[in-house]
Amino acid sequence: MKTFVPAPVLEAGRCGLFLLQMLGALRPGRDLFTAVLQQTFLVGARSLVIIMICGFFVGMVLALQSINALQQFGAADQVSLLVGKSLFRELGPVLTALLFAGRAGTSIAAEIGLMKATSQIDAMELMAIDPVREVALPRFLAGVISVPLLTAMFNALAILGAVVFAIGVVGLDAGVFWTKLQTGVYFGEDFLGGVWKSLVFGGLVSLVAVWYGFSARPTGAGVGTATTNTVVVSSVLVLVFDFIMTSFLS
Amino acid sequence: MRANYKVEAASGVFLLLGLGALLWLSTQATDFGNRLGDENYRISARFTNVADLKPRAPVKIGGVAVGVVEAIRLDPVSFEAIVDLRVDSRFNEIPLDTSASILTSGVLGDRYVGLEPGGSFEYLGEGDELFVTQSAVVLEQLVSKYLFNAGDGEGEEE
Repeated sequence: MKTFVPAPVLEAGRCGLFLLQMLGALRPGRDLFTAVLQQTFLVGARSLVIIMICGFFVGMVLALQSINALQQFGAADQVSLLVGKSLFRELGPVLTALLFAGRAGTSIAAEIGLMKATSQIDAMELMAIDPVREVALPRFLAGVISVPLLTAMFNALAILGAVVFAIGVVGLDAGVFWTKLQTGVYFGEDFLGGVWKSLVFGGLVSLVAVWYGFSARPTGAGVGTATTNTVVVSSVLVLVFDFIMTSFLS
Repeated sequence: MRANYKVEAASGVFLLLGLGALLWLSTQATDFGNRLGDENYRISARFTNVADLKPRAPVKIGGVAVGVVEAIRLDPVSFEAIVDLRVDSRFNEIPLDTSASILTSGVLGDRYVGLEPGGSFEYLGEGDELFVTQSAVVLEQLVSKYLFNAGDGEGEEE
């Protein structure tokens, strides 16, 4: 069939329909709960260590850079405010989503792609088992649940990193550090805004991963392409949606 | 069965850790604990000039925060700024003749509303208005006043 619609638009449309198909297959129950829990372990708990290490160092480098800049105005005391606001609003959700795409998104896409290449998906369909419901949905839901929690761990470790550097190394006052954080960082705008963002990013990255896995060509090269596409497309989408959501939230 | 048990335990630990981090961040690293309690009452005050006072700026008595600025509106008839203040109900014995002024913390700091308690034995309640107010000091106005006064002084001497 000859089409006049550009390929990316067609792709986006198929991906949207796939999301509807997944949500249509949603039947809450014990089976789904167990499957989601298992996937939460695979995509979430296994990503925890890398997220924590990255968070710690991001917090340290943020504190280091902003203390250098703020000292020129004699405002090194404000460092916790700067670190807290930039983490909660931007860096936490975005960096976690990017790391999640690299750590878990790729493995989801490769796993599903390989299931397709080895005809496991076709076998399921022959046995009248809905692969979208059994394979795609638990991974998608696990991503939506995991990313906000991973973001929280990232932020917590980053704050800890900033504490270690600002208080331990530079020698700022601990009381001033925490007071600035507790008076200047708002629960509604900064904290909940970040949680909201990370929920959307979680859905976005895992949808892209599951979709590319399912639409992979059933060959070795196809699985490779699907994995690459997952990282590229979800990274770009995360940054685009970050801008859109920030302009709507503020 | 054994492997499944391990997986479930590990994801349980992960979920609890994540929720714990969320809870810790929201209570320790945001203004969650400093927000007003559910019990509070609203008072208002009229100023001729609020300068750059913003909603959510603190309301202080003797330097201690007792509430927040809820909203800043303009009276369409008298062109005065009406500032709504929300005060924690713990401080329910603020005298009726209390005065409000818009102050600055530090030289370049943020604006806040300072309350100076009066001597009345009647107390402020929901919806009351403060009548004695002092507007913000705007630096440009001070400078221009100083310049014009200096000019007048020289004129008289001649």
